[in-house]
Amino acid sequence: MKVDKSLKNLTLWLLFIPTVLLILGVLDGLLQVLFRAGWIQNTEALGIEYYQGLTLHGVINAIVFTTFFAVAFGNALIWYALKKPINLKVAWLSFWLMVIGVVFAAYAMLTGQASVLYTFYPPMKAHPLFYLGLALAVVGSWVAFWNWIPVYLQWRRENPGQKTPLAVVGIFATFIVWQIATIPVAVEVLFMLFPWSMGWTDSVNVMLARTLFWFFGHPLVYFWLLPAYVMYYTMLPKLTGGKLYSDWAGRLVFMLFIVFSIPVGTHHQYADPGIGSEWKFLHAVFTFAVALPSLITAFTIAASLEYAGRKNGATGTFGWMAKLPWFDTNRWLVPYLLVGLIIFIFGGISGIVNASYNLNLLVHNTSWIPGHFHLTVAGPVFLAFLGMSLYMVSKMTGKPVQLKGFATIVPYLWMIGLFTFSTGMMRGGLHGEPRRTNLGLTYLNPDSPFYRPEWEPYVIITAIGGILMFTAVTIYFITFFATFFSSAKEEAKLEFPLSEAYHEGPVKALANFKPWVTIAVVLIVLSYIPVIYDVLRSTTRSAPPYDPHNPAPLVQEEEEYYDEDFEEEEFEDEESAVIGEDEATNTEESATESSSDETQQTGAE
Amino acid sequence: MDRAEKQALAWSIGILVLFMAAIVAAISGWGITVPDCITDVEPFEEGQLIQHDDLHYELQMVAHMWYFNPGQIELPVGATLDIYLTSADVVHGLHIDKTDINMMAIPGQISYLRVKFDEPGTYHFLCHEYCGIAHHTMAGSIVVKSPEEFQPEDMGADEALNGAAGETEEELGNES
Repeated sequence: MKVDKSLKNLTLWLLFIPTVLLILGVLDGLLQVLFRAGWIQNTEALGIEYYQGLTLHGVINAIVFTTFFAVAFGNALIWYALKKPINLKVAWLSFWLMVIGVVFAAYAMLTGQASVLYTFYPPMKAHPLFYLGLALAVVGSWVAFWNWIPVYLQWRRENPGQKTPLAVVGIFATFIVWQIATIPVAVEVLFMLFPWSMGWTDSVNVMLARTLFWFFGHPLVYFWLLPAYVMYYTMLPKLTGGKLYSDWAGRLVFMLFIVFSIPVGTHHQYADPGIGSEWKFLHAVFTFAVALPSLITAFTIAASLEYAGRKNGATGTFGWMAKLPWFDTNRWLVPYLLVGLIIFIFGGISGIVNASYNLNLLVHNTSWIPGHFHLTVAGPVFLAFLGMSLYMVSKMTGKPVQLKGFATIVPYLWMIGLFTFSTGMMRGGLHGEPRRTNLGLTYLNPDSPFYRPEWEPYVIITAIGGILMFTAVTIYFITFFATFFSSAKEEAKLEFPLSEAYHEGPVKALANFKPWVTIAVVLIVLSYIPVIYDVLRSTTRSAPPYDPHNPAPLVQEEEEYYDEDFEEEEFEDEESAVIGEDEATNTEESATESSSDETQQTGAE
Repeated sequence: MDRAEKQALAWSIGILVLFMAAIVAAISGWGITVPDCITDVEPFEEGQLIQHDDLHYELQMVAHMWYFNPGQIELPVGATLDIYLTSADVVHGLHIDKTDINMMAIPGQISYLRVKFDEPGTYHFLCHEYCGIAHHTMAGSIVVKSPEEFQPEDMGADEALNGAAGETEEELGNES
């Protein structure tokens, strides 16, 4: 169908901005592996401090790039699949909220005032604009989702008894999970961290903030993964010349993700205190439940690909694999999805290791963990998003993809790099190599007393993998920008390669989101009430803010370490508490305004 | 739903149940478990090693930006160590090499795990959660010595500390 001009401009901006930022994000990724291998032995490179770069890498790649893409993909896919326009004014509003949010957060990160990593665990404090920016970006993505709801409801009124297109079910599942899961992190950011970083409150409950973060943090990965699943179910079968094996299975899978994506967050907190082990175990059970839709997907997609292969003339048990268009440059999008599926086999298996309760103690916070999640978010998710970004730019502008050969080999080179990288990271992790650590300065520095020579081979393998990944994505950037800035040769179209289904199957129970959302909410309440209760009853004190550069708190809490005798002198206590508050405000202000050097001085006093 | 789909679903559920059973076996059979919710331990601000009897030690460890207190520990072979961990400032982590000890140090919380050292040698430990600009310098070690080499006075477990140990044990029972 013909593409609306405003939708086209919106989509191009939504894809162009994160792709440009991604250049910085992946450059930081490259620097990480060089720092870790000790090949860069410094606290900074190219003017970016190690932990600042790690923050940029996580926030840009995992939050900004993914959220912008999901919104762009959803806007266009809803319009195309329902053949109904969305309200573009609201869609642009959502865009501006997200852009302003990213500008705020980027300012805080690039000026070195938010080196708190993408998990921003308090009591390490970032610049208030970092929290505000992230919150605005999330609200922007909510607005985009709210904008689709009336379109969908109207479509249902106009098409009674018709099945909702599977692509729409998938996008709605993605954003229903996102909508529910971002509420706890919004509470954390807006009611706990933002006022605290402004100096309006003195301290935060660290364990509660952490728990609210992971309440959001695991569903976040399904927010990344589900748009890729939408492509696997609704587009890959057609692109390979086949049909979706089972439409019914696809619908079931998306509903199961709504149900089980969220009550699983404490599997990131197995090693945390403050949460009863029985509740951690319950979350482990739900985590295994959320593996089920992925296993169903593995079967259904493999069956769809086998169907395509046999239609293309394959015989024998495995012959269909050879008959898939692995290297067809006219179908360059196929490898972005197929290769992602191969990577995800290993991402899924290593994820089950992480989810396995006590087994998690072997790998928690070691480099195994980033080794694992690069096989998911930097595997199927990243490749699907890169491929679909290029596809959407090309279709909507009528500009044929430039350098198709380059575009086709990117996923393969990426896979080789990623497997090398993750092998190094995961093997090192099993030997205790930590994640999030500038290893080159100490643990991988032969002159340091902390030198751990047993990690040498793993960091070298990781660095080689990282360099290959960087090379692959550089080739992608060349193709993307060459296409973006070429001239239009075809008719600009709004079009997605949506597949037909081979088996239809019963869909009555799957026709409506309401029962599934209700079950999800019940499970979330049941699984999180005891967790929050445990956290609150086990917390003995809240914590003042800290600058990552300085071991002294930014707010001096005089009432923090009372002697029991001291409490009897109530009057004096109140007075000192008041003085403490004044000082707190002053320190806070000077910390916010001044450079990090001055902050250090304040802390040293 | 055709036959192949049903089979695939049954296999998927079967595999997940099997994995879950393996976890339960590891909990109940070998007692490998994760940190729990602790409300009955008095918060502490100073790190110390307390000897309860010949081979039973208690470690109260405080993580700071950017060191562990205590950072060097000596134990005899066969020692069982009860680790209580907290943080004085930001979030830290503790991973002891060649053991199952992997836990978070969180301000306002006390984390507990137990470990037994059966082999002599040096067990490196480090902070594995980003805790600021010098995070990569935050490490220490436990040296486990054979009975001949082990000199209890080396580790500074003097009488005062042993006195404190008795007190802490009482508190453990009484506090709620």
